[in-house]
Amino acid sequence: MNINIDVNHNQNITEVTVGGEIDVYTAPELKKELIPLSEKDNVEMIVDLSGVSYMDSTGLGVFVGLFKNVRAHDGQFKIIGLSSRLKRLFEITGLADIIDISTKMEGEKK
Amino acid sequence: MDFRQKLESKYREILTNYLADRSEQALYQGQKLSRNAIERNIPPEEIVSIHRNIMAEMFPEKFNDRMQESFDILLEVMVAYGFAYREHQNLKHIQQELRTEMEIAANVQKTLLGTEIPCKKDMDIGAISVPAKHMNGDYFNFVEDENNSVSIAIADVIGKGLPAALCMSMIKYAMDSLPENRKTPTLVLENLNRVVEQNVDLTMFITMFYGTYHIDHHIFSYASAGHEPGLFYHAETQTFSELPAKGLLLGIEKNTKYRKYEKEVMPGDMIILMSDGVTESRTKEGFIEREELLALIEKNIHLKAQNIVQNVYKELEKLQDFQLRDDFTLIILRRNV
Repeated sequence: MNINIDVNHNQNITEVTVGGEIDVYTAPELKKELIPLSEKDNVEMIVDLSGVSYMDSTGLGVFVGLFKNVRAHDGQFKIIGLSSRLKRLFEITGLADIIDISTKMEGEKK
Repeated sequence: MDFRQKLESKYREILTNYLADRSEQALYQGQKLSRNAIERNIPPEEIVSIHRNIMAEMFPEKFNDRMQESFDILLEVMVAYGFAYREHQNLKHIQQELRTEMEIAANVQKTLLGTEIPCKKDMDIGAISVPAKHMNGDYFNFVEDENNSVSIAIADVIGKGLPAALCMSMIKYAMDSLPENRKTPTLVLENLNRVVEQNVDLTMFITMFYGTYHIDHHIFSYASAGHEPGLFYHAETQTFSELPAKGLLLGIEKNTKYRKYEKEVMPGDMIILMSDGVTESRTKEGFIEREELLALIEKNIHLKAQNIVQNVYKELEKLQDFQLRDDFTLIILRRNV
């Protein structure tokens, strides 16, 4: 069970690319890496999950935490690259209505 | 003779024997001695010290001062091993304590969250909930109302083990303390949402489904807070459909409103509720598909609800090589024919 986390600071945008499996074993690492990044004012964070082969609800918890943090700091949070299975997870939980999970990359929009 | 003196004389005996004939037997006795010494918490440096003293006694000429002094270094090195060993013993002890506490906690949880499956003459109800670890993060609860209705709550705390279980107890008590007239599905979820929002960690949240079966009218009204969708079995057409329900997880937004859904239940129809531990069952080939789950239910459909849920669990457990990755809860409510 492995996870790769890649963080890129591109001007004001924090780009995070995650690959591998996000579950109860790897989620703590993800949390440790990303939560501090979400605690900056006006942070703009884009998380790319296209390399994620499996995510359980513990992983979803990390993204809920990130989203709440970013929102509390007046920032913007966006998740891209969701597989249909992950998309279903966001839809069932109602998170798709409050978190931007548009499948398009930034820049392609509009 | 205390243990240390005994140890020293035994060591002397073994060492003498070995130096005399270099036998396997003496080596074996040495191993046995070390096990005894470990049990009695004798640190390794003490054994080294015994060795040095005996050698000095036995060979006063050959085992000269220089050789004796060389043992000071060995002693010093062994001290660290002794510390590591004692620490290991301590941790083993603590771990044992924790395990015992965990078992007690799991039992307390069982008692606290226990619920009885109601017996109603018009209905056939079955429920199973199995934790992946000690403590169950899934939860279900039945409540019978005076106006001939049965309510069912099914919830899953994200996060597993002890923290999830503690959170579950909070939910249970928040739900129990709601006044009778506020127990409609939407009001229950809206109230609990506020409780959870105020009281849990940022990355923790809860999915919940709450439904009330009105036995007099055979109407099932329900609402969902991000919970795994339930299924509905139409007896007449012998088909399954999803129980549509949308709603945000508990604990995300303070003032979330939940929508109420209603479904008319005909004789033989079934309401099937579950946690994501059911749909996230993973086999070597990948996730189990919804169709496989439906096929399992269909295969057992002639049985009583309790036997259906038990058989489905057994088969899914087998498919996963008896290693649950997530807590597993499956509930069936059927209107009797």
